[in-house]
Amino acid sequence: MLDTRPTDTAHPPEATRPAGNRLATLLHAHPRLRLYGLLSLPLAWMVGVYLVSLALLLVTAFWTTDPFTSKVIPGFTLRNFENILTTPAYLRTAARTVGVALLVTLLCAALALPLGVFMAKVASPRWRNFLAMAITLPLWAGYLVKVFAMRISLGDSGPVNWLLAPYGLSGPGYGLPAVVLTLTYLWFPFMALPVYTALRQIPPNLFDAAADLGAGTWRTLRTVVLPLLMPAMIAGSLFTFSLSLGDFIAAQFVGAKVQMLGTLINQNVNLNPPLAAALSVVPILAVGLYLFAIRRTGALKEL
Amino acid sequence: MFHLAPATKWALGLVAATVLTFMYAPLLLVMANSFNAAQISSWPIESFSLHWWQRASQTDAIREALWVSLVTALGATAIALVLGSMVAMALQRYDFFGKNTINLLIILPIALPGIVTGVALNNTYKNVLEPIGIQVGFFGLIVAHATFCVVMVFNNVQARLSRMNPRLEEASADLGAGPLTTFRKVTFPGFRTAFAAGGLLAFALSFDEIVVSIFTAPPGVETLPLWMLNNMARPNQQSLLNVVATVIILVSMVPVYLSQRLTRDADSN
Repeated sequence: MLDTRPTDTAHPPEATRPAGNRLATLLHAHPRLRLYGLLSLPLAWMVGVYLVSLALLLVTAFWTTDPFTSKVIPGFTLRNFENILTTPAYLRTAARTVGVALLVTLLCAALALPLGVFMAKVASPRWRNFLAMAITLPLWAGYLVKVFAMRISLGDSGPVNWLLAPYGLSGPGYGLPAVVLTLTYLWFPFMALPVYTALRQIPPNLFDAAADLGAGTWRTLRTVVLPLLMPAMIAGSLFTFSLSLGDFIAAQFVGAKVQMLGTLINQNVNLNPPLAAALSVVPILAVGLYLFAIRRTGALKEL
Repeated sequence: MFHLAPATKWALGLVAATVLTFMYAPLLLVMANSFNAAQISSWPIESFSLHWWQRASQTDAIREALWVSLVTALGATAIALVLGSMVAMALQRYDFFGKNTINLLIILPIALPGIVTGVALNNTYKNVLEPIGIQVGFFGLIVAHATFCVVMVFNNVQARLSRMNPRLEEASADLGAGPLTTFRKVTFPGFRTAFAAGGLLAFALSFDEIVVSIFTAPPGVETLPLWMLNNMARPNQQSLLNVVATVIILVSMVPVYLSQRLTRDADSN
C-alpha cells in the first residue's frame, strides 16, 4: 500500500534514527502512542504493585509499634534503625548473614569454574548439552523441596552419616556448616549457568593466540579466561549473594539454632512490622549497592 | 584450542561428576523415599510400596493445596504472559529514555531476596489496604506470584525478538497490514515458541515458590509448598512429605525441560 498519510513529524528525532524509520513504516502513525500503549499496563503493575509496596515498606521502617497493642503508629522516628545498630545480637546476625552469603558465593564460583571448563572444553557436544540441561533442571526443583532433601540427607540417621559411618566419620549435622552447604546447593545453578555460557562464548582462537604467545594452561586461565568471565561471575554472584542474604528457611530446617537476618525479619513481621521493615532495608541496601557497583561492568546484560 | 593435560581433564571430570552427584543425590533420595514402605522413612530403604502415594492422594489438605498451587500458578502465568510480552516488545522495538531502568524494574522481584518482596506486599495488603476496607484475599497471592513471574516471559520473548528480522514486520506493514494484523500474523508467530517457553518457566517458578507465598497467602490458604512447610517439623508426616516433594519436583521440572526443548529447537532452526 502506498502510504498516503504524512509521516509522523511530531517526533523528528525518532524519524532520523533507523529504528524510527522502521517504526514509522511499521506502525504508520504515532509510534510513541504505541510505545506508551505497550508500556502502560506492565508499568502500572510493576510500579503500582511492586515499587509502591517497596516504598511503603521503607516508610513503615520509620514508624513505631505500640508495645501493648502491637498496633502500628505512623510517624517519623529513627528508633528502629537505632535499635538495630545498637543491639549486638542484631549486628552479629547481620554480620553472620553477610559472611554466609559471601562464603556461599565464593563456593559457588569455585565449583562453577572447573565445571564450566569441563563442559565447554572437555566434554563432547552431546555430553555438553546433557550437562547443560542437568545443571538447569535442579534450579526449578523448588526451594523448600531442596531444603527438605538436605534436611533428610544430613539427618542423624540419614544417608550422609550412613555413608560415612564405616569410615568412622560423621556428616556436619545441623548447624552453620549445613546452612552454608544447603545454600550453596540451592543457588549453585545461578552461578554455573552464566559461567558456562560465557566460557562457550570465548572465541577459540583466543586460546590459540595465548598458546602461540607461550602462555601455559594456568596463565591462559588467569590472564585470558578469568577476565572474560568476570561479567558472568558478577551476574551469578548477584543471585547467590542476594538470595543467601534473605534466607531463613534453610536456617530454620538445617541450621539447628543458627539465626539469619531473614529469621529476624520473619519473627517481627507480625509482632513489630516497623522493625521488620527496618531490618529488610539491610538486604535492600546491600543488593542496591551491589547493582549500582556492577552497573558499569555490563553484567546486568547477563542476567 | 585450550590445551589441557590428560590429568587435568580427569580432575575436571571428577569435579563435574562430584558436583552433579551433589546436585541430584538429595533429590533422588526424596523421590526414592516416597516409595519407602516404612512408617517413618528410614535409610536404607528396605521395602518399596505405593502406600504413601495412595495415602497422599486421599489426604484432603494435600489435594486442596495441589489445587491452590495449580490455580495460583495458572493465574500468575496468564498475567505474566501478557505483561512480559508487552514489556519485551516495548524494550526490543523502541528506543526511549529510561529503558535500562524499566529492565531493572522487571528483574528486581527476582534479584531482591524473596523475603523483601513478601514482606513488602504483606505490609501493603495488611497495613494499607485492609484498614481502608480492601481485602485482597486469594487474589493477593496471585498478584504477588505474577509480579516475579513477568521476568521469565520477558527474558524469553525479548531474546527471541532481538533475533527476529524486523524487516518482516516492515514488509507486512508495506503490504497493508495494520499494527494488530502484523502482530497477529507476523510478530506473534515469530516469538510463539519463546512465549510458550517463558510461560512454562513462569508456571514452574510459581508452582514451587515458598517465601513470597508465606507472606502473601491469606489465612487458611495453603499452596503445596506451604503445606510442606507447615508439616516439615512433624516426624510422623515425613512419608507424606516425600510424596508431596516428589510431586513438586516433577511438576516443576517437566515444564522446564519442555521449555528448554522449545527454545533449543527454535534456536537451531
